Amino acid sequence: MNLSPLLPGALRPRISSAAAAALASALLLAACATPADLDVTLQHASRQGKFVVLMEPPDTGPAVNQMHAWRIRLSAPDGTPVSQASMAFEGGMPQHGHGFPTRPRVTRELAPGVYALEGMKFSMTGWWDMRLAIQAGDASDTAVFNVIVTDSGIRR
Amino acid sequence: MTLETSARAGAATLLTAALACVAASALWLAPDDARAAPRVDRWSEGDRSTLASMLLSRLPAPPADPSNAVEARPEAIALGRRLFSDTRLSRNGQVSCASCHAPERDFQDGLPVGKGVGTGSRRTMPIAAATHGPWLFWDGRKDSLWSQALGPLEDSAEHGANRTQLVRLLQTHYRADYERVFGPLPSLQGVPAHAGPLGTDDERQAWARLSGEQRDAINRAFANLGKSIASYERTVAYGESRFDRYAAAALSGDRAGQQVLTSQEVGGLRLFIGKAQCSTCRNGPLLTDQHFHNTGVPQRDPARPDRGRSAAVAKVQQDEFNCLGKYSDAGRDACQELRFIAADDPGMEGAFKTPSLRNVAERGPYMHAGQFASLEEVVAHYVRSPKVALGHSELAHAGKGHAERAPIRLSDEEAAALVAFLKTLNGPSR
Repeated sequence: MNLSPLLPGALRPRISSAAAAALASALLLAACATPADLDVTLQHASRQGKFVVLMEPPDTGPAVNQMHAWRIRLSAPDGTPVSQASMAFEGGMPQHGHGFPTRPRVTRELAPGVYALEGMKFSMTGWWDMRLAIQAGDASDTAVFNVIVTDSGIRR
Repeated sequence: MTLETSARAGAATLLTAALACVAASALWLAPDDARAAPRVDRWSEGDRSTLASMLLSRLPAPPADPSNAVEARPEAIALGRRLFSDTRLSRNGQVSCASCHAPERDFQDGLPVGKGVGTGSRRTMPIAAATHGPWLFWDGRKDSLWSQALGPLEDSAEHGANRTQLVRLLQTHYRADYERVFGPLPSLQGVPAHAGPLGTDDERQAWARLSGEQRDAINRAFANLGKSIASYERTVAYGESRFDRYAAAALSGDRAGQQVLTSQEVGGLRLFIGKAQCSTCRNGPLLTDQHFHNTGVPQRDPARPDRGRSAAVAKVQQDEFNCLGKYSDAGRDACQELRFIAADDPGMEGAFKTPSLRNVAERGPYMHAGQFASLEEVVAHYVRSPKVALGHSELAHAGKGHAERAPIRLSDEEAAALVAFLKTLNGPSR
């Protein structure tokens, strides 16, 4: 499933225009500079506020090129876990124009509102984005998360 | 100019000040030998972290391949070592694995495309540390070292052998050693001398006439042949290079140790992790992201463009010798790479594997079909960033770069420094 139509440009990285200009000039010097005010919170509301999503990485790492899994906790705005949702995942490195080296998938619901995201792998350090298209009952929404991957794992 | 070759080098006054400062500190710290004061290279915290991540000493032990249960057994390694250089494993009795992967030549052949019983279409790949990557071959059409080893044996341009011929060779020449590792070889009573699913018309017909049980038993012994060879290949490792000694010295503050690289080579290293953008894909101790990229390398035969990775995904998914197949020793959960393969990534059109840069200077010609004779040509390619015949190049084009990535711009001196640095990555491979 291609999520791009669901994710307008304004949504993808949350960067102000001033920061974008600064970023553009920074890119001339270093292609890998990460925007300073990137939103790297792993829990926030989906775009239209229909869900609250918590992305849980492994406790440590993960190392670059290490296959691993995340957990996704999906709830309604009032905190009620949302079961039987279907979630499509896309992501990659916005500054390099490529996706994940693998095709991660939400494979199963582990407990009410808790889902396994398997097949995750970061092939290099830097800024990665993770984009979810969520469907539960009649509600659908999208959510975007950013992580900075370092040599010792995700910057926390 | 030795002390500071960063992107800020244009600021002459700053540079002069830095020179004076560093020279003064060097004098102060080494008063007994001021005339031979060793060069001091300054690295930022970020650079130091990058240098540390590239050290060969950071490479973990070869990861276990759960699809090959015998890979650590000395008997399997010894058997694989003998098989690796046995020319009987070929159609004409003249081609072994070592014919192209020559141990004395960094396990490669120095040719643009491999030459076995015929002429191949891609460059012979190195073997050292190959087991650290999830995908084998330039297009990643195999998902384990043992499954990879089976491919050339039956390829009509490489060994040109066939499955029953190979299993009969095991029976005739390696029976005791094989059975010590894998148990009894199958009976070949009534099995034709030459049969296999990928051979000549006659061989394919002979293969089709075998019973299902016969084919399965032969397939298993054939897979075990690959597992032996892989067990040996897994032991082939890279050794420390001058770069590793330099980086260790730079990180520990060992000034004398830093002189193992010249100022030009250090300048090349700065470019490598900086504006030349090499370390974007050439990362970690093996200097590779183990992935596939289209960088617009010219097609060897424009009339028959090579689609690279995009044409290989279905092959590895359907391969009877993959991680999920019946000849694999792995459970389903251990086959994550195959289960979560990126099967529909448009960026894989015309994309090829990023090989390790270790020993790269010993390994021309370069790219997946030996398109470039020298490292100078390789660097010039990345700067030129030509249009591609197939797919989409990840390199930005000068003047109208991607939003994401700046074009790679290098002066002649910088290109020469980068090449000089690449030549510091040589170490023993055995």
